[in-house]
Amino acid sequence: MQDSLQSSYRQLEQKSKYTNIFLRWFLYLVLILFASYFIFPLYVMIVTSLKTMEEIRQGTLLTWPSSLNFDSWAVAWGGRGYGAGDTFLKPYFWNSIKMVVPAVFFSTFIGAMAGYVLTKWRFKGDKWVFLFLLFGCFIPYQAILLPMARTLGVLGISNSVIGLVLVHTVYGIPFTTLFFRNFYVSVPTELVKAARIDGAGFFKIFFKILLPISAPIIVVTVIWQFTQIWNDFLFGSTFSFGEAAPIQVALNNMVLSSTSVKEYNVDMASAIIAGIPTLIVYVLAGKYFIRGLTSGAVKG
Amino acid sequence: MAFFLIKKKVLTMFKWLEKNLPKIVMAPAVGLIGWFVYGFVLWTLYISFTNSKILPKYELWGFGQYEKLWASRKWLISVDNLLIFTALFLVFCIVIGIILAIFLDQKIRSEGLLRTIYLYPMALSFIVTGTAWKWILNPTLGIQKLFIDWGFENFTFDWLVNREMAIYTIVIAGVWQSAGFVMALFLAGLRSVEDEIVKAAKIDGAGIFTVYWKILLPMMRPVFFTSFVILVHISIKSYDLIVALTQGGPGISTTMPALYMTQTAFHKSQVGLSAASAMMMFMAVAAVIIPYLYSELRRENAR
Amino acid sequence: MKTLKIEDLSKNFGSTEVLKKINLEIDEGNFLVLLGPSGCGKSTLLNIIAGLETINEGNVFIDDYNVSKVEPKDRNIAMVFQSYALYPSMNVKENMIFGLKQAKTSKDKIKEQLEKVSKFLQVDQLLERKPSQLSGGQRQRVAIGRALVREPRIFLFDEPLSNLDAKLRVEMRREIKKLHQQLKTTVVYVTHDQTEAMSLGTKIAIMNHGVIQQNDTPENIYNKPNNTFVADFIGSPSMNLIKGKLKQSSNIISFVAEGSNLEIPIDNYNFKANDNLNNKEVFFGIRPEHIFFKKLNDNDLEITLRADLSEYIGHEQIMTFDYDNQEILAKFPSTIKTELSKETKLYFDLTQVSLFDAKTEERI
Repeated sequence: MQDSLQSSYRQLEQKSKYTNIFLRWFLYLVLILFASYFIFPLYVMIVTSLKTMEEIRQGTLLTWPSSLNFDSWAVAWGGRGYGAGDTFLKPYFWNSIKMVVPAVFFSTFIGAMAGYVLTKWRFKGDKWVFLFLLFGCFIPYQAILLPMARTLGVLGISNSVIGLVLVHTVYGIPFTTLFFRNFYVSVPTELVKAARIDGAGFFKIFFKILLPISAPIIVVTVIWQFTQIWNDFLFGSTFSFGEAAPIQVALNNMVLSSTSVKEYNVDMASAIIAGIPTLIVYVLAGKYFIRGLTSGAVKG
Repeated sequence: MAFFLIKKKVLTMFKWLEKNLPKIVMAPAVGLIGWFVYGFVLWTLYISFTNSKILPKYELWGFGQYEKLWASRKWLISVDNLLIFTALFLVFCIVIGIILAIFLDQKIRSEGLLRTIYLYPMALSFIVTGTAWKWILNPTLGIQKLFIDWGFENFTFDWLVNREMAIYTIVIAGVWQSAGFVMALFLAGLRSVEDEIVKAAKIDGAGIFTVYWKILLPMMRPVFFTSFVILVHISIKSYDLIVALTQGGPGISTTMPALYMTQTAFHKSQVGLSAASAMMMFMAVAAVIIPYLYSELRRENAR
Repeated sequence: MKTLKIEDLSKNFGSTEVLKKINLEIDEGNFLVLLGPSGCGKSTLLNIIAGLETINEGNVFIDDYNVSKVEPKDRNIAMVFQSYALYPSMNVKENMIFGLKQAKTSKDKIKEQLEKVSKFLQVDQLLERKPSQLSGGQRQRVAIGRALVREPRIFLFDEPLSNLDAKLRVEMRREIKKLHQQLKTTVVYVTHDQTEAMSLGTKIAIMNHGVIQQNDTPENIYNKPNNTFVADFIGSPSMNLIKGKLKQSSNIISFVAEGSNLEIPIDNYNFKANDNLNNKEVFFGIRPEHIFFKKLNDNDLEITLRADLSEYIGHEQIMTFDYDNQEILAKFPSTIKTELSKETKLYFDLTQVSLFDAKTEERI
């Protein structure tokens, strides 16, 4: 009796051991397959950008370049230096920087103040105000393109970096407010009460008490806004053209306007250049990037 | 008593300012959004009822633009495309996202690295993504050539230039970009479930599949809902990806509403018609978002 | 001159009335505890005294000066919070002197105060630390220190001990008591813990549903509860409330429980008013600790009840008896041997009895 019980336990143990080993292998197989699907385009981009057109025509997507050849990167960044329609990314890269830095700063600051008021200086109807702002996260921008184009024209800042700064600041506010509100909601209100009794006013409480502990949410917000604005194409292509265009617009024009032969290596180099700032941010601060993504979606 | 003989601020103005400071600080945000979001949407709505061409006109013209819109073949194609794209995009993103999330949840070695790989496309712009996929999918030198060189001599893959199939290339690139995001949402959801629930189920004899299928996934209802809303929202707005990948072509076979709107407004100068199409998009988004915001707010109030 | 006076104070949040016509006075040097279940409005009342919440009706006076519209910082109060609310980005020293700096106190004075208070609270070794590097008890001390340096007229405490573990809580309770004995500053202290209230307060105000139920010395609160809420809220286990009627024949008044024939004589009870007591529906209240196993006084009433349940809790045991289908709890030393399901002789100390009107639930 005792023996048969023992052996049946042993059988069960063996059985579950084999299923477990099988499941483990299956698990890793699937995960690695998907990983290759996700990594594949990036690999192709990098490899292609390092090949010559000759190599591209002879090999396949996956073949490794015979030598590390950065010529197409140089062309993508600085152009060839001759010929009409010689477009290259350098000036547009700087356009994007000039647009991103102030737009991120202003939208983050306004959002931080709004989040602070909405959580720590509550007033009647503040929930509605929050909802009012929150809806701005979701509107399809097509519904504001026409009046925005006219407004920028009236203000005399259409087709300029300043115009894009304004646009990105405004449409970033709903997101930045959402981030800061959700962060400040979890900061105990007792801190504000203590500071008020200690005699600190509205701005002092914000700058001395709350701002010093806001580093995580500032990082999340700045990364989010940076990524959004850097990657924007709709506003950039609608409100700017020619020399004031940001990098995504320039990249698209470059890829589309190659007149004679398609130069895939230059295209890929350009795409990498346009994508590298956000990729670097993602690799360095992925944790905060994911937090922004998920809290932008699932609030609270 | 002397403590309270505070400097009686004669400046009532100052007092008022101090008292209303929070609202004053709030004003720029509310004002900007009020003007640039709500004001502009209303303006677009108004224009959609006029017969505006290059320049906006302000006499009302009834529903003419909407009639024109729904009679236009290009718009109908773009709505069809949107429906196809949304359905496939939703299904693939959610299925892949859930599979990855569940698999990653099994105490996987180098989970961090895998997560980073699955999610990096979200950091790239659709233009960059589109450029890359355009190269990969191009029929002469892309994937087709890869397979032919591998020995599949009759392999053809010309979806990108095939009227019937081009829309699916957009799905491939779109799913590639967004599936990781769904994975992140579900992984966060799974991680927030209390251990004890899983322990209880295991003691009750539930296998790993039962635990997920019967217990954990049903608990993820809010995450499903959120993913649904966000993905639908992304697909209605999708514009950049199409511009980079197909420009709406071949012909007009991959046009979608967002592309239709900008083309009608800025290339064809049909301001009224494009406003009407923008309002259709707005209503589609609102139909999804308003119930979502409402339920989110209610959940927050219940807490 | 009253240090603190609250006059007809009402407060609503939207349509919910949180405080209803509160009146309260505190003399110099008193330690007033606001005690009540969660949601009774005690914290709101404290916040109003601090000036952190606005008032819908009524006034708050500090030293006879109407401070209803005065900013918190100008009320000359200090407050210790449940979560301590130490500024996370500042070290202990900066936390403690933040208020003095806001008030533009001279550097010398700040230094002097800081030295005095940090020595007094034994946090002088911790001054450079951040709050996150402190233990619970240390944070508590710093929070008190931050309040002390301001030398306020009134100290406000908002459940300051409820985040501490049981042992530390008893320790800190003693320290707060000592602190009050030494400084003799007026204190308003909010808690939901009756032991804390009893041991600390010179006065206790018991609140429920936004109304002060009784404002009295701890002794009176315990011995002469104003109504059944107070009787039930104070004491552990709480007072037995036996439903029944009064019976008056000539000069003898007695209590008869529902479904019982036994007449309990209550001649020595101090009625508030003597009118019309016969047949009055009442609750007869007696605390578990006033029911004995042996006759101690001549007046003790002997009564035989069936023991149903015994809960051993170490130094004592709580017994449940059946009094004609009403439960009665009694507290005995755990050395006494008891048997369940048996009729047991008990002795009620009738000098410790309370009677409440069954309708109004007020003491009669």
